[in-house]
Amino acid sequence: MEKTISRPGLSALLEKLRGSRALLVIAIAVGVLISFLTNGDITTAVLSSALRQSTPLVLGALCGLLGERSGVINIGIEGQMLMAAFMGFLANVYTGNLIIAVTVGVLTGALLGALLAFMSVTLKMDQIIGGTVINILALGLTSFFYQQGLTTHGKLQPIELGPLADLPVIGRVLFSNPPITYASLILIFVVHYVLFYTRWGLRTRAVGEHPGAADTVGINVKMVRYINVIIGGGIAGLAGAYLTLEAVGSFERAMTNGRGFVALAVMIFGKWTPLGAWGAALLFGFASALQTQLQFGGSSIPHQFIGMLPYFLTIVVLAGVGGRSRPPAAVGKLYQPE
Amino acid sequence: MDISIVVLQANGITKRFPGVLANDHVDLILHRGEILALLGENGAGKSTLMNMLYGLYHPDQGEIWIKSELVRLRSPHDAIARGIGMVHQHFQLVPVMTVAENVMLGAEISGFGGRLNHRAAEQRVRNLSQQFGLEVDPTAVIEDLPVGMQQRVEIIKALYRNAEILILDEPTAVLTPQESDELFRIMRELAQQGVSIIFITHKLREVLEVADRISVLRRGAVVGTTTPAESTREALARMMVGRDVILQIDKGKARPQEVVLRVENLAVEDDRRQLAVKNVSFEVNGGQIVGIAGVQGNGQSELAEALTGLRRYTAGHVTLLGETMNAISPRRMVNMGAVHIPEDRHKHGLVLGYPVVDNMILTDYYRAPFSRGFLLDRASIQAYAERLVRQYDVRTPSIFVLASQLSGGNQQKLIVARELARKPKVIIANQPTRGLDVGSIEFIHRQIVAARDGGTGILLISAELDEIISLSDTILVMYRGQLVASVPAAEATREGLGLLMAGVHADAIERA
Amino acid sequence: MTEQSSSAAPSTIVNLLRRAWRSISVPVASVILALVIGGIILWLSRADPLAAYAALFRGSLGNIDAIGRTLEKATPLILGGLAVAFAFKAQLFNIGGQGQLLLGAIVAAAVGFGIKGLPFIIHMPLALLAGSLAGALYGAIPGALKTYTGAHEVITTIMLNYIAINITDYLADGPWKDTVGIEARTPPILETAIIPKWGPIPIGFFIAAAMSLAIWFLLYRTTTGYEIRTVGLNQHAARYGGVKVARTVILTMVISGLLAGMGGAIETQGVVGRYQPGFNVGLGFDGITIALLARTHPLGVIPAALLIGAMQAGSSRMQFDAHVAAQIIDVVQALILFFVSADIIVRWIIRVRAEEGEKVTLSTGWGQG
Repeated sequence: MEKTISRPGLSALLEKLRGSRALLVIAIAVGVLISFLTNGDITTAVLSSALRQSTPLVLGALCGLLGERSGVINIGIEGQMLMAAFMGFLANVYTGNLIIAVTVGVLTGALLGALLAFMSVTLKMDQIIGGTVINILALGLTSFFYQQGLTTHGKLQPIELGPLADLPVIGRVLFSNPPITYASLILIFVVHYVLFYTRWGLRTRAVGEHPGAADTVGINVKMVRYINVIIGGGIAGLAGAYLTLEAVGSFERAMTNGRGFVALAVMIFGKWTPLGAWGAALLFGFASALQTQLQFGGSSIPHQFIGMLPYFLTIVVLAGVGGRSRPPAAVGKLYQPE
Repeated sequence: MDISIVVLQANGITKRFPGVLANDHVDLILHRGEILALLGENGAGKSTLMNMLYGLYHPDQGEIWIKSELVRLRSPHDAIARGIGMVHQHFQLVPVMTVAENVMLGAEISGFGGRLNHRAAEQRVRNLSQQFGLEVDPTAVIEDLPVGMQQRVEIIKALYRNAEILILDEPTAVLTPQESDELFRIMRELAQQGVSIIFITHKLREVLEVADRISVLRRGAVVGTTTPAESTREALARMMVGRDVILQIDKGKARPQEVVLRVENLAVEDDRRQLAVKNVSFEVNGGQIVGIAGVQGNGQSELAEALTGLRRYTAGHVTLLGETMNAISPRRMVNMGAVHIPEDRHKHGLVLGYPVVDNMILTDYYRAPFSRGFLLDRASIQAYAERLVRQYDVRTPSIFVLASQLSGGNQQKLIVARELARKPKVIIANQPTRGLDVGSIEFIHRQIVAARDGGTGILLISAELDEIISLSDTILVMYRGQLVASVPAAEATREGLGLLMAGVHADAIERA
Repeated sequence: MTEQSSSAAPSTIVNLLRRAWRSISVPVASVILALVIGGIILWLSRADPLAAYAALFRGSLGNIDAIGRTLEKATPLILGGLAVAFAFKAQLFNIGGQGQLLLGAIVAAAVGFGIKGLPFIIHMPLALLAGSLAGALYGAIPGALKTYTGAHEVITTIMLNYIAINITDYLADGPWKDTVGIEARTPPILETAIIPKWGPIPIGFFIAAAMSLAIWFLLYRTTTGYEIRTVGLNQHAARYGGVKVARTVILTMVISGLLAGMGGAIETQGVVGRYQPGFNVGLGFDGITIALLARTHPLGVIPAALLIGAMQAGSSRMQFDAHVAAQIIDVVQALILFFVSADIIVRWIIRVRAEEGEKVTLSTGWGQG
């Protein structure tokens, strides 16, 4: 829509809410502090849970953001995660080797990324349909091939980082996590560095903002998009592997449950930057952790309402409460060099 | 400057697109340090030819020789490697990045692991600026820069890559006459330093001013090569179009009636919430053409959009046909008898995905005879479209052809047909002949003058100074959102208007 | 797809046939290709593809009961496909069909069991209307969000799907729960709210088919339809032409939601007889497949829905007779969607060239207009 067509009263309200992002963070920080002082164990548990819940979200957001920064919308993150989760699970069942299983998961995600790139860049299909195809394919294939009763050989265990793990609260929360969680934290910074400080990142961003400018200086727009989407796919694959190999330990039909879409909201809320996505993912993870806590803490609110929370939050974020953000200018548009 | 060395030679270049022969066995020779003008009207094939020299297209037939070596340019990469640089008509710059980032893109100075070295790039840009007299701040963000400066960035981009051959595609389209002069100075400086330049344009005046040699292209083929000394505007125009061209329209005196449009103290914001139109006031009478001259980007687009209901205005009054308009909507305007020929025919004027017939009712579909209440009357719509297509010479095989298939000239004629057929009392025309071939331009100019003679009041906004001078009865000049002058057409001169368009104050000219 | 004009081009029989072939060749070829690849997958998982497809056929079209089941399955698919296709005309991506359908289903059920003492002639249409309106309101939400905040409808509708699942679960397990038995579902609707069958043929199918015609008429013969299509093709030109774009977008989503809601209502009133969770999941994505298979043409939705409906109806027979997991249908459907949207591949295979203007870009980024 060209302009936000809002009446004066509504737009003034929206403006006020938009400035509230900082307020939100402060409110949460204060809340956490109070909670810690009243009950340290539960606070630690909730924070740990928040980090765990945020991991697939931030990985999914990194996947989405690599694609979008180069101009390709990826709404197939859900399908990529699901398929990778399934393949990783199968690899675990048949080889018993967790490292191979994780690798299989990552490769699956990358392969689906290649498919998306093929559909969007080479076939010039509508990118949203392409993502939808991946989602439907993943759901169909995983449901078709999944049989009950397969046994797995355990899952990835937390690794304690020596003395750091003994620190109160942050020790348990930050420094005794399983490998994929650590990997995701490292990835955030790696992607941030590459995107904003290297030659490759400059070209990627140029392709996403103004592919014509990149094309006319000799950059291969198609290849840049392919590579970004495939690497992003690999990261989404890691998220899928996380679900079955680190978090849950087994597979369930449609277990991603919308996380791939929530990851898109995380990406948007984080203004298409890795660090922003991390913050947003933590926020969403925190909301989920809180939801679980309330659910088992015996709240009188029907659990379905609490279950709606992440989805509701996503919509709120998309509606721009907390600041309107601007995606890369050429995202979603077909680049036709005449 | 050894003008005898041939740096580029093209032989027999031919390029076909579905349905059109864009370039027909074109031959071209460029010497070192020479400024070669490629002249032709819109659609003659100039840009296509240059895109092939830059590796963006590939010729179906023909050879390209650079410095006596036969080359195949498969992509801009190859062209750049061979020392060819191109400044496009629509700038290929990333708006959110800095000058230095844009200049080094694709040829980055990088260190370990690809880490960017911004400082080195900025320094190189400064060096080039000084060497060629192209003042630019390497750390500035592109979207904050004025158009003239963005163009310099494009030139520096080419020089950064050691371009020895520079192609400039319609570079003066977005410049004031003064900025154009500045550009010509830069071009001569570059030529002096051994850079060879191909300069594409459709403007006769410029060609005679700056070129060493002129090649004229018509319908994809070279119809002649000459020099400024050996040619005149009329001769060149005849070569361009193939027949005698009336460079000045024949127009009787205006007989203005009562005021049809009055604008008072209008203020309009642009998309970035900055004031694009500041305190503008003027009047248009029936039977009169008021022209607003000005280089694009000085608020004309926002003014036109505000007057036609496509954009809100933040202050001021608009009185249309005697009625104060508190809120303008496109629908209301049309109902009152005011029409808008929009600046961007693809964005506002047409639905490219619709056939001609559906486009013809874009602003009228809701009223009789095209619809009765809720239902569309297909027969009436078809008959109407057939009639208009004939009357206004819209060249199309049928009214069921998609609008996207029509040439630019015919698309514009469709829009003009649609809006003028209603016999409006007010016309707001914004860049009505941009990018059109001479035939279409003549046709639309005649239509506008005819409307004026019929009593319609016309507000004409155009960046083509010749068009303004030729058609207007009164000329206003817009600069940075304000109207800086009002001149009766009979007293206006190109130079005077040019100065006003560049912001030189009206009384400063008087004092001179 | 060649945008159909409000006026018709003069046509000879040959022209008509040629145009028809161009329109359906890609969808038909896509389906065949998908079935072939599905067959290969079946063969790879050590099943007999021919036996499977034969069973599929028997289960969907083999006898009058099977045909009845096919029509039954096709009904919500027609409406779901219409919902998506209709929204596409305004360049809107309504993937929220599932949520809109669920709400339509449960509201229809509530009216069906909750209001007593009404004659059939009032009760049945009332429940149908209530369900449709529930879907319409739920569709208005993403429409309003997009218009007033720019939030892209792809994600908002998917989120609303999950929210709808939660809401209907809650209602079926809470305030509207059947007091008889322990299952989380509503009581059965009263007889006066049931949409009857005509033998084995469900009347709901005819209602859906009628809606298809109504939507076609709306889009191509009315001023509102002209406005919707114009907004879809060029929103700026629409504004220039005086169309109120915001209102049109919301109206489109409302109608789209209404159609999906109606699909849910008919499921409740014509097939299930009450609302129970877990029914008919995946309609949102089915709707997309059908809309694209029909090349977003409202009338084309009927044959497309019949095809997919046939596959769904026959899948249990296939599972029983040929011992093949029913989910292969999902895979085939995904493949159909792939081929239909990657029509370049299919065209290359069957050597049909694309007409100028046949391709429509559906998305341009995150709601930047």
